[in-house]
Amino acid sequence: MNRIGILLGLVFLALLPLVSGEYFVNLGSQILIAVIFASSLNLLVGYAGLTSLGHASYLGLSAYISAWLSIKMGLDHSVTAPAALLLTTLIGMVFGWIALRATGLGFLMLTLALSQIVWGLGYRWVSVTNGDNGLSGLTRPHPFGIDLDISNNFYWFVLIITCACIYMIHVMIRSPFGASIRGTRDQARRMSALGFNVWAIRWTTFVIASFIGAVAGLMYVYFHKYIHPSVMAITVSAEALLCVIAGGSGTLVGPLLGAFVVVVLKNYASAYVERWNMLLGLVFLFIVIFMPAGLVSAVAVWKDRFKSGSKT
Amino acid sequence: MTFALEIKNLCKSFGGIKVTQDVSFSVKPGERRLIIGPNGAGKTTLFNQISGELKPDSGSIKVFGEDLTFQPVHRRAHAGVSRTYQIITLFPKDTLLHNVVLSLLGVSNRRFQAFSPLTVNDELFEKAESILDSVGLTGSGHLAAGEISYGEQRRVEIAVAMAQSPRLLLLDEPLAGLSQDERIIVRDLVAALPKTTTIVMIEHDMDVALAFAEQIAVLHYGSLIVEGDRETVVNHPRTREVYLGH
Repeated sequence: MNRIGILLGLVFLALLPLVSGEYFVNLGSQILIAVIFASSLNLLVGYAGLTSLGHASYLGLSAYISAWLSIKMGLDHSVTAPAALLLTTLIGMVFGWIALRATGLGFLMLTLALSQIVWGLGYRWVSVTNGDNGLSGLTRPHPFGIDLDISNNFYWFVLIITCACIYMIHVMIRSPFGASIRGTRDQARRMSALGFNVWAIRWTTFVIASFIGAVAGLMYVYFHKYIHPSVMAITVSAEALLCVIAGGSGTLVGPLLGAFVVVVLKNYASAYVERWNMLLGLVFLFIVIFMPAGLVSAVAVWKDRFKSGSKT
Repeated sequence: MTFALEIKNLCKSFGGIKVTQDVSFSVKPGERRLIIGPNGAGKTTLFNQISGELKPDSGSIKVFGEDLTFQPVHRRAHAGVSRTYQIITLFPKDTLLHNVVLSLLGVSNRRFQAFSPLTVNDELFEKAESILDSVGLTGSGHLAAGEISYGEQRRVEIAVAMAQSPRLLLLDEPLAGLSQDERIIVRDLVAALPKTTTIVMIEHDMDVALAFAEQIAVLHYGSLIVEGDRETVVNHPRTREVYLGH
């Protein structure tokens, strides 16, 4: 039943470009990129219980590294993509090592501080990042000769990557290692006493989250073919956190719903209201007050009501 | 001979307060050792140093000849040290089975497995089920740890600790807050634990504690003031003075 639902959903998503216009296809690609990004953050926030306010660093770093290697070094996508993922993950290792000196608020502040450094470098290190002008003139890759400059192709490409990322997270979370991640969230003290190296579990989760965040960064820079330091700003980190919490942290589907709502709202509201951030804030308030466990929990409640309603 | 637990000249201070003052004692393999003392005597602090959550200022802790003084907490579990907490420390949202399975995983190399589902490890779940049986929670494995009664949670604490087949078990007030009926259940449970596990227990219920213990150590203001078998300790004037209050 559940599997059929997932399959139908996938078929629907895969067929979308055939029935909708280019605008919606591009919107779909943006939503999918936000889904990858929010899902990577959810690993930290939802499963490991480590609230980070600096996740945009990994999206930005990977985008910048890939852009810089291709513009300044003239390297091909087949080199820049793995290099960007690898380097960003390495930076994630170092940042994780620093940030995990603390948990809770201390961790949040450290991730924020580190991401502000990266953001500052993006603006100020003009010789590398081109500062406020950003890096432009980028291209999309042509994997197996497929032209990703065609919106439909790009959408399918991102859809496959998104599915791969979510599947990877799903496999990891239901594994023994995943159980230990959740254990360190719920009862860190007991986990140590049981023989789990809590620090190493958290650090590994942090590194995996930064890797998937880097994947989102690659998709981001391929989509826009342009990168600007503002992508590493605290607002981007906060927006991802909003996707996770609004959708339902610690669930696989939560970040999907959250990213959908946030990106759609952003695109539509910004067309009509200048201060769409305020609207986003209001929606967030509404969700937090009326469905504190996120949209996922609300959907589950409605489903139950519907079921019990149809029985009587 | 190798002692199950050998503590030598252990000292620990919090600021100016000496919570453990030059404590030395040894526990033989298979022994049931009781640690008593008034509130604030430093019993739990001593436990936290044995389990590794606190680092001592000086002195040494050996478990079966292995020096664990400065080993991190998780290493001690692999050296065979297991503990329960005075304040229930379970995974409240997870089922009892999951609680015990996590404990089994902790000392198994399968905890590194990240590609296959946890649920395919049938023998872990079967073993967890039999451990729950052994603490009288047959058929409750599917309940969430946060939903069962306090007395049952105490038993799960013991199940989680015993799942690792520890060589040294530290019980921190296993009877705290239990009703009379539940006390009897948990008391019998502790009494029935295998002799392959050496037990060190902190307990305030003197009837149960004295019946259980072979050797008793009395702590007072961080110092070990009396040590010996039941008769010696109960009849010792210092024990009467600081602990029994007459």
